[in-house]
Amino acid sequence: MSVRQIYLDNNSTTPVDPRVVDTMVPYFHEIPGNAASRTHPFGWKAEEAVDYGREQIANLIGVDSKEIIFTSGATESDNLALKGAFEMYSRKGDHIITLQTEHKAVLDSCKKIEKLGGKVTYLEVERNGIVDLNKLREAITDKTILISIMWANNETGVIQPMKEIGEICAEKGILFMSDATQAVGKIPVNPKEVGIHLMAFTSHKMYGPKGVGALFVNRKNPRVKVTSQMDGGGHERGMRSGTLNVPGIVGFGKAAELCGQDMVKDTQRLSALRDKLENNLMTNLEEVYINGSVDHRMPHVTNLSFKHVEGEGLMMTFNNIAVSSGSACTSASLEPSYVLMALGLGDDLAHSSIRFSLGRFNTEEDIDLAADSLLKGVNHMRDLSPIWEMYKEGIDLESVVWSEH
Amino acid sequence: MAYSEKVLDHFKHPKNVGTLDKSKSNVGTGLVGAPECGDVMRLQIEVDEESQIIKDAKFKTFGCGSAIASSSLATEWLKGKSIDEALAIDNMDIVEELALPPVKIHCSVLAEDAIKSAIIDYKQKNGVQVEAESHSH
Repeated sequence: MSVRQIYLDNNSTTPVDPRVVDTMVPYFHEIPGNAASRTHPFGWKAEEAVDYGREQIANLIGVDSKEIIFTSGATESDNLALKGAFEMYSRKGDHIITLQTEHKAVLDSCKKIEKLGGKVTYLEVERNGIVDLNKLREAITDKTILISIMWANNETGVIQPMKEIGEICAEKGILFMSDATQAVGKIPVNPKEVGIHLMAFTSHKMYGPKGVGALFVNRKNPRVKVTSQMDGGGHERGMRSGTLNVPGIVGFGKAAELCGQDMVKDTQRLSALRDKLENNLMTNLEEVYINGSVDHRMPHVTNLSFKHVEGEGLMMTFNNIAVSSGSACTSASLEPSYVLMALGLGDDLAHSSIRFSLGRFNTEEDIDLAADSLLKGVNHMRDLSPIWEMYKEGIDLESVVWSEH
Repeated sequence: MAYSEKVLDHFKHPKNVGTLDKSKSNVGTGLVGAPECGDVMRLQIEVDEESQIIKDAKFKTFGCGSAIASSSLATEWLKGKSIDEALAIDNMDIVEELALPPVKIHCSVLAEDAIKSAIIDYKQKNGVQVEAESHSH
């Protein structure tokens, strides 16, 4: 018996759009060239394809195609932007500011920079997941060279006040870097409009293939450069060596074009479906909480905590829905999500969280089936839960002496 | 990570879910774990006063599938055992029976703690001297 599988984990990765796959196929065998081969038509055709992809991606975010540096993905782009800028601008200063809720690619790059002698401030966020601009201002010193703040959070979908942060950076003459992986292709993103100088994003979160990403590097006012972290043939204006992933870039380009075309339609449809799911669960279940700002978040994401239900256990109640949880049990470290903890959620609510991230290929039927499974699963888990029983009996769980282990 | 068939079976059809009357003198209750740690187990035993055999066992668990399966299995094993036999249940028996992976061994430890804690509660209620024995990890 095959069960209809419903994929609601689009913030992890998206299925590649079949229209994207079609454009990529010829570049594996029929057009096999290396875009750096300047002496024969195979190379020229590959270069043409790369140029076109670069153009499509630049168009989506409103920048010049020369400002797009191809990488292997957003993790590499984050590494290149942060370490590369730290190396390039170390004469100006050694201080970087970022948020506690950033992706590990940013946080771990910052940790590395600290090991290299840099100083990093990891700012806390407010309860709604958004940075307090006053605290950001206060953290700036005369040694601050860069502020790295993600456009939208992967776990909660919370969107940061990019324009305001950009204004602060411009006023202080600090580089503004953003990991925009979750935002590009989903909502309007234009780094120039908000004063971003370096912006990381990737193909596989926007219905393109895995293994190809980009770093936007501002070329004028100011002209920004980063020190390459990968040495070799001097590709990508010397900032990232390595043979370009031609089929990947072709697919990335097509994915960008499609995101531009379908954005309004997709956003309207997905936010309506997301709201339907959320309303259904919150109406039919007690003690469900939305994690992060409701007013400033991505249209296709909701992160919910089902109180007194452990997230991994809940996910086991259904075998047909792919979602993710901030529960410790889902991580090797046995620590609950640091992003949710940074929002000030107690451990218990972090353990009870489920992230639903919708995508272009979800239907209304998917959402209805998922809601049904969730309602059943939460009720099942609460029937099994001693702390739900205690809560129902009116016992103050805070007053119980637990045996920590 | 794939769950073993046995974990899935206990998770989908948990045995002995429920609540015994903790005010009864022949019922022992163990409540272990903490919500902040992501698992809380409550395991209860009802002891036949004449034969000193565990005649019923119930549990409720807040936790992942392995925690629920460990406590479900524990209640199955407890029924029909004497107190001493129950005390001999080792967490590694649970690990083996459910084929728990290393990251889930703590679930079995919690189940063993819950058994011991329920027995201690029963003994204390019945005026039996309890040797200080506790698991620490």
